[in-house]
Amino acid sequence: MSDRYSQIVNSLPGRLIAGRVGLPQPTPLERHRPGAPVLAGRALLGAAPGGRLAGPLAKALADAGVETATVDADELRSAAADAGLDAAIFNAGAGGEQRFKALVFDATGIADSTQLVELQRFFHPTVRRLERCGRVVVLGTPPAACSGARERTAQRALEGFTRSLAKEVGRGATVQLVHVAPKAEGELASTLRFLLSPRSAYVSGQVVEIGPPVVKKAPAVDWERPLAGKRALVTGASRGIGAAIAETLRRDGADLVLLDVPALASDLAAVAKALDAETIELDITEEGAPAAIAERLSDGVDVVVHNAGVTRDRTIAKMPEERWSTLMEINLSSEERIDDALLEAGLLRANGRIVCVSSMSGIAGNSGQTNYATSKAGVIGMVEALAGDLAKRGATINAVAPGFIETQMTGQMPIAIREAGRRMNSMSQGGLPVDVAETIAWFASPASTGVNGNVVRVCGQSLLGA
Amino acid sequence: MNPKTRPVAVVGGNRIPFARSNSAYSKASNQDMLTAALDGLVDRCSLDGERLGEVVGGAVLKHSRDRDLTRESVLGTRLAPETPAYDVQQACGTGLEAAILVANKIALGQIDAGIACGTDTTSDAPIGLNEDLRELLLDANRERSTGGKLKQLARLRPGHVVPAIPRNEEPRTGMSMGEHCALMAAEWGIGRDEQDELAALSHHNLAAAYERGFNADLVTPYLGLERDQNLRPDSTVEKLAKLGPVFGGPDGTMTAANSTPLSDGASAVLLASEEWAAERGLPVLATFAEGQTAAVDHVHKREGLLMAPAYAVARMLDRAGLTLQDFDLYEIHEAFAAQVLCTLRAWEDPVFCRERLGRDEPLGSIDRDKLNVNGGSLAAGHPFAATGGRIVAGLAKALQERGGGRGLISVCAAGGQGVVAILEAPGDGATAKKTTKGGKR
Repeated sequence: MSDRYSQIVNSLPGRLIAGRVGLPQPTPLERHRPGAPVLAGRALLGAAPGGRLAGPLAKALADAGVETATVDADELRSAAADAGLDAAIFNAGAGGEQRFKALVFDATGIADSTQLVELQRFFHPTVRRLERCGRVVVLGTPPAACSGARERTAQRALEGFTRSLAKEVGRGATVQLVHVAPKAEGELASTLRFLLSPRSAYVSGQVVEIGPPVVKKAPAVDWERPLAGKRALVTGASRGIGAAIAETLRRDGADLVLLDVPALASDLAAVAKALDAETIELDITEEGAPAAIAERLSDGVDVVVHNAGVTRDRTIAKMPEERWSTLMEINLSSEERIDDALLEAGLLRANGRIVCVSSMSGIAGNSGQTNYATSKAGVIGMVEALAGDLAKRGATINAVAPGFIETQMTGQMPIAIREAGRRMNSMSQGGLPVDVAETIAWFASPASTGVNGNVVRVCGQSLLGA
Repeated sequence: MNPKTRPVAVVGGNRIPFARSNSAYSKASNQDMLTAALDGLVDRCSLDGERLGEVVGGAVLKHSRDRDLTRESVLGTRLAPETPAYDVQQACGTGLEAAILVANKIALGQIDAGIACGTDTTSDAPIGLNEDLRELLLDANRERSTGGKLKQLARLRPGHVVPAIPRNEEPRTGMSMGEHCALMAAEWGIGRDEQDELAALSHHNLAAAYERGFNADLVTPYLGLERDQNLRPDSTVEKLAKLGPVFGGPDGTMTAANSTPLSDGASAVLLASEEWAAERGLPVLATFAEGQTAAVDHVHKREGLLMAPAYAVARMLDRAGLTLQDFDLYEIHEAFAAQVLCTLRAWEDPVFCRERLGRDEPLGSIDRDKLNVNGGSLAAGHPFAATGGRIVAGLAKALQERGGGRGLISVCAAGGQGVVAILEAPGDGATAKKTTKGGKR
């Protein structure tokens, strides 16, 4: 919690006044600390009858060491027992002051709109038991993968529920819908861990797609250092979000190659020194840049994070071509060329990852940012376009779309715009660079073999473009 | 050493009616009540002047002067004064543990007959000296000179008159047993309605048992009481539903009616070898087939304080080669309705049975019509150490009454402990139909 308004309203007098006059009262968000458990509290597992994920969910929760309770349904209890989950029973009618850090609901059994009431039955007696900075994860089937019209309709309806619940829960809690494709039931682990943990502090109201794994056999992963022995390239790594990405990937065990323009060499060197990283001082828009990068990465690379980006704001009426083109080169075209160079040379190793940084503007559009939004929407296009091809190569491509993240850049915004940006989301506050970095680390994890073609917003469920 | 064991017969039992705390027995001591219960048994089984192998008993709330409570009580009865006795203490499991101890000596041939007994009073409870005062007096006692003693006694302060009263709390958690049970009820999702139903049924069953004279040779009137004082024959679920919660906060499900009240009373049960009983023309109501104890870690592993019987029964069944369904009657001590319901749910639950009991399959459900058919502690009351004797004698008689069969006993105890046992009576339960019908509401 860095901004002054949040500090004031989280003091005792500030809280009283803000409560009286109806000002937003942002909850200080919990964030991951190394060695902390996946979930600092109990999870409650529920399911609509006839679902197909109770077993895999119970297993993922058990493997993640999450203390779990289930509703008293035979299907769930048997699944929990089979998964080795030492789960308690929860019965809303039994009273007591039980609180939960997470509510996890398997909605895949909902095959008709009349069964959507299962959502009400599970969440009505439990949502008030959700603790501060709690987590809600609803799991469904991708509508396109449903067999009949009724089921497809009902599964599509889940999105309206989770997006609304995300706006209701408050107190730093998040709500996500996870679409689990058929044959992807075994791919829950990395995504569930991310969404339940404080790593996803500023991610809410999102729909995550989990598909069949891109590699035949997922590697065993040390969850504290999933990227141990992996080589990761991060562009634009000298400052802000890029530096946070570098730090987070290093924390997860990656050997880093950090890239930034020569003008920022000293900043880059400082980051690299602290993280024991190699550096590439290079303007990625130069003609020989892709080849130069491929040359430096001739041993191969596991993770490529396209973070480098700039803004050159003007309304289109005042936008000179040079301003348009410089931005487009940096934010989109160079990324395409680097990808091509690495893929053609076969340098992206097996179970490789490409992670891009899009933007809320690329989804919602923003006045004065036609160039920027075009480039960031293009990044989304690139993810969609390459996902299939990369899956065939045993690799994935995904993107984060940050909303209002507290950086040097936002610090220089005019106060009115800055405050609007900070507060117009379900968390009533800006995110931190580490929130973007954690999301990238989830995509980058070798365990995320079923996460491909996703664009996940790190925006606290911003009102813009939601 | 004798390598062979022999069957142990439950020959008879006797208890005094159980009274509510600070009521009919408020002036009776543990020794008074235990002596009365033992003398009643002496009458029933013609033990006047008999030198028994051993009398084993105890009390949970005990005065320091009652060091050898059971022996002193025996000396007050019409048993031969040469009958040895010793005290045991295992919280609410005391009575049943005493029966296991007596049965084991009989089985080994070390004794031929013995009495297991127990007593407790929450009215005539021990009150300790203020701890600071106690230390001060001990310090004064250690001084050799009068001046030194006076110097120590000069430390006396008005606050020292406040006595130390025994508290109903677990030493290692600071929570009362009711609060612990409320946690279990929440953990196992036990609702208010099912607890009230169990409580009402307990009263109906006990009332019916008295009506048909079942207790006539099990209970001896004492100090004006002929029946258990807590019994409310007209108890209904609707009436019980009006009570407010006493444990588990304002949303709690545990009330004064579905939790046992503090009570006073004593019980005794005579065990013997079959030959010893035959020589004296005494009946063999049932045999004491198995006994087992278990404990849970309620402190660090946060297992429910009163869940130990669920473990003990599982281990005993494995040892005996039986399933949970191989019983004709079940006696589960109703410390709290929620304790009984948590236990039953745990045995049905795949997760508990797999993770905690290490079994591939759940133990399963029991036929609830076989549970506590002649009433339980919720109706009778629960003078801690006296409950085991009440249950052993009552179950043995019920098995004999139905013409044979097998019965399970389960008693939970403070400190995360559980004591369980199996009684068996020869016969195929030919008269079972008649008796279960009579035993119903």
